[in-house]
Amino acid sequence: MGLDFTVIPGYLDIVLLGCLWTIGITVAAALLSFFGGIAFAVVALYAPWIIRQPFRLVEWVFMGTPLLLQLFLIYFGLVQIGIDLPAFVAGIIGLGLHFAVYNSELIQTAILSVDKGQMEAARTVGLSRGQALRKVVIPQAVRDVIPPIGNNMIALLKDSALVSVIGVSELTLSAQRAIGATYRPFEFYLLAAAFYYVINLCMEWVQRRIERRIAISR
Amino acid sequence: MTDPNHFVQIRHAQKSFGSLEVLKDISLNVARGQIVAIIGPSGSGKSTLLRAINDLDALTGGEVWLDGVQVNKSLPHRQYEKHINEMRQQIGMVFQHFNLFPHMTARDNVTMAPKLLKGLTNEEADALAKEQLEKVGMLDRIDYYPSQLSGGQKQRVAIARALAMKPKLMLFDEATSALDPELVDEVNLVMKKLAEEHMTMIIVTHEMDFAAAVCDRVLFMDRGVVVEEGPPEVIFRNPEKDRTKEFLRKHLAGAK
Ligand SMILES: Nc1ncnc2c1ncn2[C@@H]1O[C@H](COP(=O)(O)OP(=O)(O)O)[C@@H](O)[C@H]1O
Ligand SMILES: [Mg+2]
Repeated sequence: MGLDFTVIPGYLDIVLLGCLWTIGITVAAALLSFFGGIAFAVVALYAPWIIRQPFRLVEWVFMGTPLLLQLFLIYFGLVQIGIDLPAFVAGIIGLGLHFAVYNSELIQTAILSVDKGQMEAARTVGLSRGQALRKVVIPQAVRDVIPPIGNNMIALLKDSALVSVIGVSELTLSAQRAIGATYRPFEFYLLAAAFYYVINLCMEWVQRRIERRIAISR
Repeated sequence: MTDPNHFVQIRHAQKSFGSLEVLKDISLNVARGQIVAIIGPSGSGKSTLLRAINDLDALTGGEVWLDGVQVNKSLPHRQYEKHINEMRQQIGMVFQHFNLFPHMTARDNVTMAPKLLKGLTNEEADALAKEQLEKVGMLDRIDYYPSQLSGGQKQRVAIARALAMKPKLMLFDEATSALDPELVDEVNLVMKKLAEEHMTMIIVTHEMDFAAAVCDRVLFMDRGVVVEEGPPEVIFRNPEKDRTKEFLRKHLAGAK
């Protein structure tokens, strides 16, 4: 029983729909992880002790435990306390917060390495510390870590396959469904892999564009 | 109300970093519109004194006053933050290394603070950017980023940024020391222009010719004290103190 790619067209719509879900979840979670990462970094560096300590714990949970467990916790666990999220929302939140913590680590380091003269210049014209962070320091810090954040976003794309386990019909699960109907795992897993590859290329293209655009403003 | 001869007052300024005493009881009055140069060997405390005026480095003792208001007055933390931000809006500062915001164009460098702090509309901000960049001869580079500018151009934009807040006082900390020699003049020219407009200025500099040409008064600082002060003719041609003479001799010899 060799490879037979003629089975694909009949199930292409299912897999394409899955692909769209993967793109949607990845983009939403990427945005959450980006802005969440900035917010987490600010909390980690500047919030009062009373907020920072519990936050550390949350950070540890997201860094120190499997993403799969976190997804289960958000999707199945929260129901018990009355928070019943649709699976794709739980998936976005789980992926988003998980990678927000990693982005936060990058951004914290970047904030601390922005030239001290930048904060001083901002304070000198009369900005408060918060205003100086928001307008001057953080935008520069974020620019400095666009490449590693981009790497995190590629990892996020790959890990988005995990939300299949809470029943989101994203790319991997759609491929599995097609396989269930056709018993053609190799063809459909290859197809899914090809889609991941293309999305991956698109993300790298976007990242390069952003990097080129900000090159002048660094 | 306020005495124009005591527009800026530094009273018994004292500053220590740990056990290192950097400023030792320095007092200084600057009249409105007056231009004061501070010269002295490296490490003598010139930058620290300048940075104490807008509280970038808080004094450990003494007072700084501007136009009848104490800059470093003691207030509860929150009120002090509000107070010092208001005071700093009135004190422009220009740094040796420019410290322009690299992620903003010349225009945004100039207008960011006025927009944020004074609520300028976009049209007002645009007019302000043009006015200030024109003044420093950088209007044609209004949409350039700092990375696209030479050192002299960066420093001129930095001056425009400070002027955009309409400060009562300008502080210059070796504004031309980081520049290639051929770029020094364009910055000096801008500072001269400000002098002609009677901006009150305190200028830390290594350029004796510039200080002599532009300043009303020269202070020679060494090891945290003002050794000697007076009009430039006297300090440069006829200093009294040996330390001043020695510094000038070394410095002028080194410059040649
Ligand atoms: N933040 C600081 N911490 C410790 N020592 C400092 C600090 N800033 C300046 N100093 C010290 O204070 C002295 C005066 O420095 P500075 O005011 O920069 O001198 P100048 O500008 O005249 O060269 C120097 O000995 C310097 O090492
Ligand atoms: Mg200095």
